[in-house]
Amino acid sequence: MVDTTSHTFTGPHGPKPRKAFSRRNIFLYGTLLVVTLYYALPLYIMIVTSLKGMPEIRMGNIFAPPLEVTFEPWVKAWSQACTGLTCDGLSTGFWNSVRITIPSVILSIIIASVNGYALANWKFKGANVFFTILIFGAFIPYQVMLYPIVIMLREIGLYGSLTGLVIVHTVFGMPILTLLFRNYFSSLPEELFKAARVDGAGFWGIYFRIMVPMSLPIFTVAMILQVTGIWNDFLFGVVYTGPESYPMTVSLNNIVNSSQGVKEYNVNMAATILTGLVPLTIYFVSGKLFVRGIAAGAVKG
Amino acid sequence: MASTRPNQLFRNKSAKIAAIPMIVTALFVFVGGTAWTIVYSFTGSGLLPRLKWVGLDQYERLWDTRKWMISIENLAIYGFSMLILVFVIGFILAALLDQKIRFENTIRTVILYPYALSFVVTGLVWQWILNPEFGVQNIVRGWGWETFTFDPLYNAEIAIFGILIAGLWQGSGLVMVLMLAGLRGIDQDVWKAARVDGIPSWKTYLFIVIPMMRPVFITTLVLVVTGIVKIYDLIVAQTGGGPGIATEVPAKYVYDMMFQANNLGQAFAASTMMLVTVALVVIPWAFLEFGGSKNRG
Amino acid sequence: MNRTSKLLAATAIVAASSASATELEVMHWWTSGGEAAAVQEFAAAFDATGNTWVDAAIAGGESARAVMVSRLTGGDPMGAFQFNHGRQAEELIEAGLLRDITDIAEAEGWKDIVNPSTLLNACTVDGRIYCAPVNIHSWQWLWVSHKAYEDVGVSVPTNWDEFVAASQALADAGKTPLAMGQQGWQQSGAFNVMFAALVPSEIYLSVYGDKNAEVAAGAEVARVFSAAADARDMSSTSTVQNWNDATNLVITGQAGGQIMGDWAQGEFAVAEQVAGEDYSCLPGLGVTELLGTGGDAFYFPVLSDDAQIAAQSELAALMLKPETQVAFNLKKGSLPVRGDIDLSSANDCMQKGLALLADGALLPDTNMLLTSDTTNQINTLFTEFFADASISAADAQVDFVKIIERAE
Repeated sequence: MVDTTSHTFTGPHGPKPRKAFSRRNIFLYGTLLVVTLYYALPLYIMIVTSLKGMPEIRMGNIFAPPLEVTFEPWVKAWSQACTGLTCDGLSTGFWNSVRITIPSVILSIIIASVNGYALANWKFKGANVFFTILIFGAFIPYQVMLYPIVIMLREIGLYGSLTGLVIVHTVFGMPILTLLFRNYFSSLPEELFKAARVDGAGFWGIYFRIMVPMSLPIFTVAMILQVTGIWNDFLFGVVYTGPESYPMTVSLNNIVNSSQGVKEYNVNMAATILTGLVPLTIYFVSGKLFVRGIAAGAVKG
Repeated sequence: MASTRPNQLFRNKSAKIAAIPMIVTALFVFVGGTAWTIVYSFTGSGLLPRLKWVGLDQYERLWDTRKWMISIENLAIYGFSMLILVFVIGFILAALLDQKIRFENTIRTVILYPYALSFVVTGLVWQWILNPEFGVQNIVRGWGWETFTFDPLYNAEIAIFGILIAGLWQGSGLVMVLMLAGLRGIDQDVWKAARVDGIPSWKTYLFIVIPMMRPVFITTLVLVVTGIVKIYDLIVAQTGGGPGIATEVPAKYVYDMMFQANNLGQAFAASTMMLVTVALVVIPWAFLEFGGSKNRG
Repeated sequence: MNRTSKLLAATAIVAASSASATELEVMHWWTSGGEAAAVQEFAAAFDATGNTWVDAAIAGGESARAVMVSRLTGGDPMGAFQFNHGRQAEELIEAGLLRDITDIAEAEGWKDIVNPSTLLNACTVDGRIYCAPVNIHSWQWLWVSHKAYEDVGVSVPTNWDEFVAASQALADAGKTPLAMGQQGWQQSGAFNVMFAALVPSEIYLSVYGDKNAEVAAGAEVARVFSAAADARDMSSTSTVQNWNDATNLVITGQAGGQIMGDWAQGEFAVAEQVAGEDYSCLPGLGVTELLGTGGDAFYFPVLSDDAQIAAQSELAALMLKPETQVAFNLKKGSLPVRGDIDLSSANDCMQKGLALLADGALLPDTNMLLTSDTTNQINTLFTEFFADASISAADAQVDFVKIIERAE
């Protein structure tokens, strides 16, 4: 590999740029600059708006930087904004979201990775039928399954509990995660698996001693996808739990969709950024791992 | 390099036990939930599910409802445009990023971050940007172009494309990353060989690289299409289905029927149409693609 | 099965707060400024009895209803919930999910004090009472901004015809003559107000009460549709979604007026506007002065915990007590459900409403006459109609007749 960049797996492959200011380079960086600006613009608008006072927002230019920076909307969104009688902003919802997201992410990843492993290496009769149904499940809109799930949870006595919600997240995260894990595990060298079998290792032995240690990238991808999906969920959180464990998105909805008199756009935007902060941080921190993991989980099929 | 398929039944036992959650999910939730929905679509259930049979009434009404027809049409327009554009944009961006450029990490992160945001957030921000009073239109008019008009969310004819702009903004980053991953998985020798043969870059991409990236296209396709079929939150946050009913979609029809009209029977009939369509397309395809004894490596 | 998890949760809460009072979860969708202030009155009164009001507010009626119905179906009911009374709750009652509160109603003498008695009828199924009506809301109001008309130098209109006549002056000055939130329930609501005010009440009752499709296709209803087309022209520059955002346009003088229910009053109050000085309210569009008697009610799911049941009973009784009624309704901008209380502190607009109530110039609310399915179809029709100026009044009427034919 003629790769001199810092990428550890494989480097970029396109034709090598020759001169620093070639016409090609100007076109390339020009395009990328425009694209980057387009993608960054909404975040920029959200941030500057959240730092403006309401009088300034009413003046109308959403693109202008704030004349006077104020952090009051942030404080309000986090700890004071009212929804009905409760005026504690997003803070309570934040911790509820943490309490929902952590177990849901862990459970769904464990189950999906075992599924993927069984499908890739231990295919049993009928396994593909279940996998096909699972893929079908990935296409079902959540609204459609709302009622049947209420009834199922009621029958197993888990309706309204945190456990029930964790199970729902696990179930709906399963199709895509299983697909990614299955692809990843079937891309691992088969010799490893065979050698372990010869050494007498069983299903779980191979899973824990060989598969898991080799799978950091795909576990990272699964984690990122699940944290994003579960953290941003509103529907399941509001329908399958009670007010004592409503996630942050419920507070966000209450803040954004019910204006107390005048719509406070700055508070809305601050609340919006605060709610998105956890998945955003994870993306900014582990973006590189994400690409690597995706490469490993999706490239082989 | 196909993986082994151990034949001994007893050795597969732990695999079967380990797969119980998957089997339960597939059978009870997805198959069971679908069957339950289909059964209740033949009832006159209102606010609560009740076995009060009405035959095909719900379906007759469904196909006689303009809102449903518009919902389907919108899903088709949005889905088709999204599918093509998200792949084209994602692939081009990935190809550009794959040119040994500087700041690759920064640019990639900027393009990918929208995927971390919820649709509620996306909808709200784009509602602003596309708002004629203080969004893009206002800014361009401020520059002196007084007649500039850009108000897709307020024009029923093109409102669905206003949604598309936001959907692309959010979704294309993930496609780009997947494509980039696919491009990085292509052997460098392929490029060398193509260059030796004097094949232009675009031809190499189109006829050599893309066919080699089939698996990554499949995974991307699944991710993109599942997102399209499920579209709901973005619409609610951005337009609420308006102006008028110009941006209604099937999932919203289902939800509105459930909790606005308190007409579960009608909601389940619409659900059934979605489920059956998805099943007819996805199940045979998925079985051919992932099933059988073959294992792509 | 589910009880155990509920009990666990309950004990956890009790242990955490170590309070002896009973906590009762009350769910509602009152989250705008005026609404929240009104709910606060209920909560304060309930807390004063030694119990604790656990507030569960979900913004948006649709989301809130999804949660309410799911939780009732899922066997994890809340202590009490707000619902539009009328025909929506019938099924929940039939399924045995809601508590029969006839004993409380009798002990408190609701039959004698609730005025008009139709409110209690809407809570009654087979002679048993299942809900506590807390207020009377009427849709039939036109809210007019004094500032908007002063800005353009036109006198403030006192009825619909003057309002329509003055609309051009406002439009010329770049103002929106009629503020209208782009949501179906608001648009069909405005239509229903015109329906009630601009043609005789018999027509309204015949169409919505008896579902008479011939009358719905007739010339009188056609007049209402052409008035709706006027309203569409006047509101063409109104791009807001929520009703309170539209009200805000009226408060700030950016719009001339808004057809909206009396709950808009709460927003004017929060903005410290004075009725008769800063804004006017015209019941029945100033044409036919009458009020619809819709309203909100609280329902109480069947529970198993005795302490919770006792708390439910206390809450139900409390909601109709004179002091709570006064405090709540002054904030909510609605009228009290009992005629025997003193509301001299009420403002100009509420006094007008009280007078109409005393005169019996009343009309049943659409929620009592139509199923939510029919209401939803009418909402969709008007969402389309108001968004698309190419739909003629006559075409819309044809669709309207179809809906009425199908209605139960």
